[in-house]
Amino acid sequence: MQLQGFFKKPKNELEKGGRTPANAMAEAHAEPSELCPSCKKAVLLNELWDNNLVCSCGHHFRMNARQRIDFITDPGSFCEMDGDLRARDVIEFPGYEKKLKHARLASGEKEAVICGTGTIGGSACCLFVMEPSFMMGSMGTVVGEKITRLFEYATAHSLPVVGFTVSGGARMQEGILSLMQMAKTSGAVRRHSDAGNLYIAVLTDPTTGGITASFAMEGDIILAEPGALIGFAGPRVIEQTIRKKLPEGFQRAEFLVERGFVDRIAPRAGQKKLLARLLQLHERRTAQ
Amino acid sequence: MKTAYEKVQAARAKGRPSGLGFIRGIFSDFIELHGDRRFADDTAIVGGIARLREKPVTVIAMEKGGNTKEKLFRNFGSPNPEGYRKALRLMKQAEKFHRPVICFVDTSGAFCGIGAEERGQGQAIAENLVEMMGLRVPIIAVLIGEGGSGGALALAVADEVWMLENAFYSVISPEGCASILWKDAKKNKEAAECLKLTAEDMKRMRVVERVIPEEGRTFPEIYAYLESLLWNTLEEKENRDLSALLDARYQRFRQFGPMQEMQE
Repeated sequence: MQLQGFFKKPKNELEKGGRTPANAMAEAHAEPSELCPSCKKAVLLNELWDNNLVCSCGHHFRMNARQRIDFITDPGSFCEMDGDLRARDVIEFPGYEKKLKHARLASGEKEAVICGTGTIGGSACCLFVMEPSFMMGSMGTVVGEKITRLFEYATAHSLPVVGFTVSGGARMQEGILSLMQMAKTSGAVRRHSDAGNLYIAVLTDPTTGGITASFAMEGDIILAEPGALIGFAGPRVIEQTIRKKLPEGFQRAEFLVERGFVDRIAPRAGQKKLLARLLQLHERRTAQ
Repeated sequence: MKTAYEKVQAARAKGRPSGLGFIRGIFSDFIELHGDRRFADDTAIVGGIARLREKPVTVIAMEKGGNTKEKLFRNFGSPNPEGYRKALRLMKQAEKFHRPVICFVDTSGAFCGIGAEERGQGQAIAENLVEMMGLRVPIIAVLIGEGGSGGALALAVADEVWMLENAFYSVISPEGCASILWKDAKKNKEAAECLKLTAEDMKRMRVVERVIPEEGRTFPEIYAYLESLLWNTLEEKENRDLSALLDARYQRFRQFGPMQEMQE
C-alpha cells in the first residue's frame, strides 16, 4: 500500500477533486473503492488501476508522476535527469521549510517535476511530468531549472520534448524568483523551437496560473486530458472577482478546444499511441 | 526608510504618475496606435511610436487612469488578452522597423474574468514571454508602480529591467498571499514583508539592473533622468551584435535558479 497523501489533508477543491485512489485508500484503510466525482458511483480500485485511473464513466482521476511515466513510456526506457535538485528557502518565507518537508513525505519525490529521457512507442524523447502531490505541482526555482535543463538537453541532442503539466502555478514561497521561472522556461522552449524541435504539451487536471501563462501554452501541439481544468485565473478567484457563478464546463479541456486553445482531447485510452504517432510523424530524416 | 508595505502603498497611491505620464514626460512626438488586429483595443495598455531625442522608438505602457471615470475606462490597468496581443503586435512592428522597445509596467495583475479566460489570458502572456525572448531589437522594461505577477512579466522580458524606488514586483499580491497563508487578507502588511517585493530586494536578487531613486526628486526630474539613462543604454544595446544581445537576454533570466548567488 502506498502512503502518499496520508500526511496531508486536501486544502481546497482543486486538491479534493483530484484525489487519487492511493490517497483514498490510505484514508479509508483499504476500503477497496473510490467515489467518482463525476458519476458519483463507487468504483472498485482494482478496476480503476487496471484502467489507468479512468472511471467507466470516463472521469480521469489524477495520476502521480511516476505512475504516469510507467504508463506512457516503453518499459525500462525512462532515465531520470537532475533528480537530486532540491529547493532552498531563498527568501526565508515563513513555513516553507516545513511545507517542503511535508511535500516530500506526501509525494515521495524531491520536487514537483520529474524529468528525463525515454522512448514512447519506440521514439526517443525528453519527458517532463509534474507531480500533483508535491505542493500541487507549483513551480519554484527547482521546477523551472529542471524544465529549462531538459529543454536545453533536448536542444543539444535534437530531441522532441513531451511534457505533462499539472500545477497550481508559480510557487508563492519562493517569491519573485518563481515568477522569473516563467520567463526562463519560455526562453528554453524558444531555443528548442528555433532549432526545429518538436514540443508536445499534455495538459492534465489542473493546469493553472503561471504554468498556463508559460510552457503549458507554448507547445507546437497542445493536448489535454478529458475534463481537465485549464486556465490562467482559478475558478474561485474569478467567481470572487465577478461575483457570479461560472457556467458549467467553463475552463475545462473541452471548452479550451472549442475556444481554439488546445489541439485535441487525449483520453488515456489511446494517449500513448497518439503520442507515439505524433513523434513518428516528426522524426527527422537527418537526425543522428 | 519605508517598510515593504509602505512601498506597496506608495506604488498604489492616488496621484502617482501612470504609464501615459511617463510616456509624455520622457518622449516627444508620441503617436498612439490601437488594437490587436484580432479582437479589440485594450485600453489598459497604451502603445505607439515616439521619439527619444531624435531616435524613433516603440513605447508600450500599462495605464491605470487617474480619476474614477478614467480608471473604469482603463479597467484599473488590468489588461485582457487583447492588451498583451496589441503589445506584441507593436513589438513585432518595432522589430520590422528596427526600433528599440521600451515598456512601462504598472498593473495589479492580468484581468481575471470570463472573457479573459475565453480569449486565452494564459496563452497571450505565454506568447509574449516566448516572443520577447527572441525579439531582434533591444527591449528595456521599467517597473513604475505595481508589478503584479505574470500580468506584469508579460511586458518585462527585456535586456534590462529597471524599477522605481517605490515600485514593487511580486509573484502574488500581498493580499492574495495573506489570504492563502493566514486566511486573512488584512494581514497584507506581514505578507508584503515576507514576499521580498521591494526594489532593493529585486536589486539584491538581480531581478532588476537599476533602482531609480525617487526620494527628494520630482517626477519631471525622474523623467529627465530616465530619458538620458534610456538614451545611453539604448546606444550601447543597439551597438551590440544581435546574437550577443539575444544570448545575454536569455542568460539574464537563465541565472535565476536554486543555486543563485545574491548581490550585496
